[in-house]
Formats: sequence, structure tokens, C-alpha cells
Amino acid sequence: MSDILQLAQQSLWQPTGLIEQDINNTLGKIMTPGIDYADLYFQYSRHESWALDEGTVKSGSFGIDQGVGVRAVAGEKTGFAYSDEITGNALLDAASAARSIAANSGDQGAVAVRNDRKIAPLYSSANPMESLKDEDKVALLRQIEQVARKADSRVVQVMVSLAAAHDTIMIARSDGLLAGDIRPLVRMNVSVIAEENGRREQGSSGGGGRYTMEYFVEQNRAEEYAHEAVRQALVNLEAQDAPAGEMTVVLGPGWPGILLHEAIGHGLEGDFNRKGTSAFSGQIGQKVASSQCTVVDDGTIANRRGSLTIDDEGEAAKNTVLIENGILKGYMQDQTNARLMGMEPTGNGRRESYGHLPMPRMTNTYMLAGEHDPQEIISSVDNGLYAVNFGGGQVDITSGKFVFSASEAYVVKNGKITHPVKGATLIGNGPDVLTRVSMVGNDLELDTGVGVCGKEGQSVPVGVGQPTMRIDGLTVGGVSV
Amino acid sequence: MGNQSNKSMAEKSWSPQPADAQEKQLLEIADQVLERAKANGATAAEVSLGHGKGMSVNVRNGEVETVEYNRDKSLGITVYFDHRSGSSNTTDYADAALKSCVDAACNIARYTEEDEFNGLADPELLATKIPDLDLYYPWQLEMDEAIDLATRCEQSALDQDSRITNTEGGSLSSHDGADLYANSHGFRGLSRSSRHSISCSVIAGEGDGMQRDYWYDSCRDQSEMRTPESVGKETAQRTVRRLGARKAATGTYPVIYEPMVAASLLSHLVSAISGSSLYRRASFLLDSKGEKLFRDSIRIHEQPLLKKAPGSASFDNEGVATKPRDIVSGGVLNDYVLSSYSARKLGTQTTGNAGGVHNLTIDPTEDIGLDDMIKSMGTGLVVSELIGFGINNVTGDYSRGAFGFWVENGEIAYPVQEFTIAGNLRDMFMGIEVVGSDFDIRRSTRAGSILVGEMTVAGA
Repeated sequence: MSDILQLAQQSLWQPTGLIEQDINNTLGKIMTPGIDYADLYFQYSRHESWALDEGTVKSGSFGIDQGVGVRAVAGEKTGFAYSDEITGNALLDAASAARSIAANSGDQGAVAVRNDRKIAPLYSSANPMESLKDEDKVALLRQIEQVARKADSRVVQVMVSLAAAHDTIMIARSDGLLAGDIRPLVRMNVSVIAEENGRREQGSSGGGGRYTMEYFVEQNRAEEYAHEAVRQALVNLEAQDAPAGEMTVVLGPGWPGILLHEAIGHGLEGDFNRKGTSAFSGQIGQKVASSQCTVVDDGTIANRRGSLTIDDEGEAAKNTVLIENGILKGYMQDQTNARLMGMEPTGNGRRESYGHLPMPRMTNTYMLAGEHDPQEIISSVDNGLYAVNFGGGQVDITSGKFVFSASEAYVVKNGKITHPVKGATLIGNGPDVLTRVSMVGNDLELDTGVGVCGKEGQSVPVGVGQPTMRIDGLTVGGVSV
Repeated sequence: MGNQSNKSMAEKSWSPQPADAQEKQLLEIADQVLERAKANGATAAEVSLGHGKGMSVNVRNGEVETVEYNRDKSLGITVYFDHRSGSSNTTDYADAALKSCVDAACNIARYTEEDEFNGLADPELLATKIPDLDLYYPWQLEMDEAIDLATRCEQSALDQDSRITNTEGGSLSSHDGADLYANSHGFRGLSRSSRHSISCSVIAGEGDGMQRDYWYDSCRDQSEMRTPESVGKETAQRTVRRLGARKAATGTYPVIYEPMVAASLLSHLVSAISGSSLYRRASFLLDSKGEKLFRDSIRIHEQPLLKKAPGSASFDNEGVATKPRDIVSGGVLNDYVLSSYSARKLGTQTTGNAGGVHNLTIDPTEDIGLDDMIKSMGTGLVVSELIGFGINNVTGDYSRGAFGFWVENGEIAYPVQEFTIAGNLRDMFMGIEVVGSDFDIRRSTRAGSILVGEMTVAGA
């Protein structure tokens, strides 16, 4: 048995004396005739956050969430129930509710869970909340505030937040798989408001990943977030109205990869494709992007925010090629959708918590580097927009229309970056936006570790990335006609 | 502030109905948690806790897809050591877990810093009466009945129009529960509520012409829920009307927001006049109290005590009595949206909005529905759905993706998509020319169709 699984058992089963026999018994009770698959998902999650606002670290909070989710699957039907008590009785109650989707009961199935896999963890199991003393966390927030305030006299407001979570999970499946994972996650955010001649503009920055809090102190990362937030706010103080209409758009490296997440990623999740509701349905093997584009979803990068040693159904995370040289290669799958589509799971079965059903979700989605120098790409544009920072995005997977909102962008004229423009939403059509990619840079960057993806009311941490990229024609939603 | 009155107040729980056994347990837990905070040296404390249960089913192509049973509880406590505070939450109501939850909050308060504005609401502002707002209609719903309703809803959408090619299914969900807020001033406020929803989502067209839309109903009392058939039919109509969408043309036009998206304009107003945006000076409506932000005809008000409504509450998240009030009248901003903390920061009194606004309503400027508004607009756009988050609360800059209809000569000419609408919220507020009487009462922010005189449309 792996060390991680042993640690997970100590947190999840030992406090109430659960043993493997209880798990086998519960799964056996669900696995009566008519039920194809069942799983139990145990979770013990602790989280903490500290916030500085108006010069004071005036709030902090700590929380514990724990429970077990029980799922029974019969064909395309799923029954689900959960309990915030991890006891033998609570398990059996949830099991009987979950299995109610299948009408007839009968002889109980025999399940014996075991763990015979060795998967090397992608991150440390250490509790990030214990990696800094509480007084040092407060001191760090104060220090970062000072860095931001001293960076420029026009900075009038600074907000800094620090959050950490330590999540222990176990999965027991009717096919006998028993697996566990311990996932740290930290995040820091700095946002500032700068004011000049009565005009106020904001800037924000941050980062994190599956690290301990020391990550922010190392290499002065936290200080860099402060400088970056101030720089953005000052740029925005100079920003003019953004143009409106279709034009050439160059996206900077890193976080602008949110384009891929919205335009491509969601449309390639297995559930939508099984149901035929995605604009990408039935297009595997077809050309959906320029041949310069190769896009992957990679949950296997050590310590990344979107990475998972195993997904929430016990599958090892994978590096899945979604688009290779412009050709659509594959979907992201969870157990249920992979089985129903006759495909292999890809380690993308994720859930917000024990109280939610797993679905196919992205991990770290990015485009591989191309061959162009980023400067060459900008120089190639006669008249267009160069967008380097973004807020959130959203997609309608059926029509394929997606948006993402720029928070830092510049007008490009005759190959030169000119003045900054105010934030504008960019809108496009997922299935054809990548066909308009005419140049891909050699400067692949992943984002700094701040992404949260929402789907059907469930939030999960994700990553994105891309090199600089030129798109010949995307609608820019400014006000200047 | 002491909490000597704890015991007597707990015995006389402040609730429209007598507490049942589970609610008595909530009251006992609240007492226990507040006692422990006091024993740890906290000078004040407040706790919110509750429990709920529910079921939701989703049916697709006439077959059950998911059946989910929910049973939730959670508790959150904030403790004050004079002006330092700490918070903690847990889903475990066992004695040991509650103790460590209180201790964790107290521990955090050792490290946070003095903030003179921190603390409970002033005792004289706390609600003294808790009227029954008629929010609790638990539904003894069996799984088979839920499946039947969801199936009928989806089926009527599928039967409605042959252009419907696919479905995401019909859904039914029902939840009910109780929430208690208690603090060391001795306040105890218990409220029960229920929520039942039916929804449907289908797809029309094929290939790159596919369109999806949805419709739903949601209510406190299931006897008032629209029939599954009417929800299904509306879903189908809303979906097929999007077929054949083109890109909108770039330019400046009047824009009508349908009721379902019109409420979002009120949310942007609330966010700009909320205490936390104001004291951080992170709002485009700083110091705008008393300023004329809208035309004379515009009134925007809160109706917290509406019976059976989605956003009703007789006290806010810190126990302060809510009351009906005009936020905007005659186009003038009368007041902000404040909690005790933000009010103290701004040197004024709370408006009873800890946790948000209650049934915020924009009154119709005339008795007019969407069709007549389209006629009077002549040429422009109707927006039926918005996507994305392109709103800057500091500057008021607004740019969002949209779906809708192009209007010519007072009639819908064709559906449009892949365009943005943009402007500055200050201009857009002043640009609201007409508010319709076609209210969407399913939501806690109530608006009819809204016509904004001019916005920038970016498309082809």
C-alpha cells in the first residue's frame, strides 16, 4: 500500500473506525443486479484564507469540510447521495439512496477493494497551512502591501489575499480499485487601484499551485505579484477607448491561453460529445485548427494548479493530445462518458467535492510552442490588437460562441505597439477560431496558477498556457466604432 | 457587549413558527458555540448555521440520467476580541468538531489586526419581530413523481417543434431547510425556506447551426409552479427562434434587454453602490448619493417583506431588521447598500444589507411588454442572453458577449450572435428610456424588459 493511501486512511477512516470490510460491504450492497458500477469518494478538506484590505489584515478564516459521496451507475443512469458523516451507517444510508435508480434488488455483489498500483505523486503531501507560522503569513501580507504602495505614489488602494487548502481524498470502486491522494493548493492575489487626476484604474496579479506557502517567499514571487499589479494599473491609467469590430488580434503568452480553455477545451469534454451537444461533436480526425496548432490537456506537470496525481475517479492523470497539427485527436473523458462512448478514460474525471458528481473537466490546457519569434509576430500586424492580460471567459458549447475579457491590451499599427486600450471583451466561434491562427510563437508560457473553472455549478482549479499567437480576425468588443 | 441574555433568548426563539426538534438542535448548538467563544475570551461572537435537504433529478431523452439526494449542514462563526476578528466554518456538528471550529476562529483572531470598525451590528437595529414571510412549503416529493414531471417537461419541448434535434434534458429539484443566525447580543433569528425548480434545455438545428436554450420556473410553493408542459413549450420556442443566427453588424444602436438579462443591470448598480466597493474607492459611483443617475421616471426599490418571494427576509445576515426602501427614486440615488461594517467605515448607519439586497425591483415606466417595446424601438437589437464577465466596477466600463435578435421597422428581422454590446454603465443607466411591466418574478432581482437608448455593438 502506498504511503499516500495509508495517510489518507488515517485521516478518513480511522477517526470513526471504518475498515476495508465496511467499504467492501457497502459497495457489495450497491452492486446488485442492474447496477454496472459504483464508487465511494471520501474527502477531508481543510482550508484557510487571510486578507489585507485598507492597510489592515482584518480578516482570516479557517474551515473543514468532510464527507463521503456514493454513486451508483446503471447504463446511462446515475444515482448519487452523500453524507457529511464518514461512518458505516451513513455509508449504508447513502448507498441505499444511490442505488434506488435500479428497480429490482437481488443478490448482493462481492467486492474486494485493493491497492496494487504505484503512482508517483506530482506534489508534496505536506499541509501548506503549517508551512508558515500564522504571524509570518500576516507579516507577508503587510510586506507585500508595502511593496505595492512604495512602487508608485499613484497607488491608492492595495488588497492582498493568501489562501491555502489541504485536501485528502480516497476512492473505492466496485471494480476493486482503492486509491488515495493528498493535494495541497496555495494561491496569492494582489490587486491595486492607482489614481491620477481623478481617474482610477485597477491592476491585479497573483499565482500559486500545489506547493506550500514558502513558494511565495522563494524567488520573491509575492513581491513580483505586487510589482505586476501596480504596472498593470499604471498602464490602464493611460488606456484609451478600445476599438469595436473584427480585426487581427495577437495574444500574448501564458494566461491568454484562457482562449483555448473556452474556445476549444469545454467543447472537447466527453459528456457534451457523447450527447452530441458540442459544436465539436463527431469531428475527431477532422481539421479544426491551423496546422501550426497542437493543443494538449496535461494533468501530469509537477506542482501545477490544475495537476492531479490521480483524478477524482482514481485514474492516473494523463497528457492528452486534443489537437495535433490542426487535427482533432481526442476528447477529455471521465469513467462514465468513456465507457458509454467506448473510449478510454483520460484522467479528467473531476468533482468540486464529495457532495458533487464527477464530470469530464480540464486540468492544464495549453498550446505547444511554434517557431515564430514573438517580436516577428507583432511586427507582422498592420492594424490590430495586442492583448496580454485577461479576466474571465465563458462559452456556449452548442453554438461554439465564446468570450474572454482583456484587462490589458494595446493597439498595434504598422507592426508597432502603440497606446494601451481599455478592457474589451473578445468574442469568437470555437470551431473556427484556431483555423485563423497564422503564426504561433516559440515562447510557450503557462499561467502563474490562478485559474478557476466553473461548469454546472462546480468549481475546480485549472491551468492554461500558450505561446504568443496571431489570429487573423476576431471580434473586439470596444466602444470606439 | 456581553451575552448574559443568551439563555432566556434561546428559550424564546425568534421565529414565526415554534421550533421543531431539528431547529431546537440548531438553537442548542448556537448557544454552545457562543458560550465557548465567550469562555475563550471573545468579547462578542456571531454564528450562522443551518440544515437542508433535497432531491434533484435529470431526465434525458425520456430516460433517467441522474438522481441526486442532498443533505447538508454547515456552521460558520465569527469571533471578536474587541476589534480583532477571526472566522471559521465546519460541516460537522459533533461536539469536538464544534469546539475546534470555535478555537480555530479564536486562534485566527490572535493574529489579525485591530480594526475599529469590526464588530456585531448595533443592538438597537436588530430585528425585534420576525414575521412569517410564507417561504416554507416542503414538498414530500417521491423520486417517481419527480421523474414523471421532468419527463413530461422534456417531452413537451421535444414534441413542440420538429427542428428540435437534441436535448440536454428536463430537470426537477426540490430543497428545504432552516437557517439560524445568533449573536452574543442575544439575538436569535430562525427562518425556514423551500425552493422548487423545474427546467428544460434542448437543442435545435444541426452541425455548425446548432442552438441551445433553456427555460425554467422556480418557486417557494410547488402548487404555484408552472406546469411541466408550459416550461417545455417555452424552452422549445426560445430555442428554435435562435436558428439561422447571423453575426450582428458593428455600430451604435438602441438595445432592449429581455427581463431575464435586464436584472443584470441592477446587479451592476448594486455592486457599485455596495459598502465594500465604496470604502475601498473601487467603484465608478463614488460619492454619488443624492446624484441623478437615471432619468426622472426610474424608481428602484427593495421589497424584503414580500410573501413567498425568492429574496425575502425579515433580517439580514447580521440580524438587522430589513425594511422596504427606495434606493433610486425620480432617477436620484437615495442611499447605498451597506452592512454594519461598511457603514461604520463610511461614518453612517447600516441599510440592512449584510449579505445583499432583498427583492430589488425596478418599477415599470409604463405598462408595456417586450413586443410593444420592440415596436417603439424601430431599429436596434434585442438581447436574450449575455456571456462573459466584462464589467469593470472601478471605471464602469462594460463589454459583454451577447445573443439576440436584430429589429427592423419595429419587428424582429433575424436572430444574431457572436457580437458584444459595450458602453459605460453610467451612460447606460442614464440611457434607460423604458422599463417594461413584463416582470420576471422567479428571481430575487426583479426587472421587466429594459430599453437602453444607445450602446456600441461589435460584430461583423
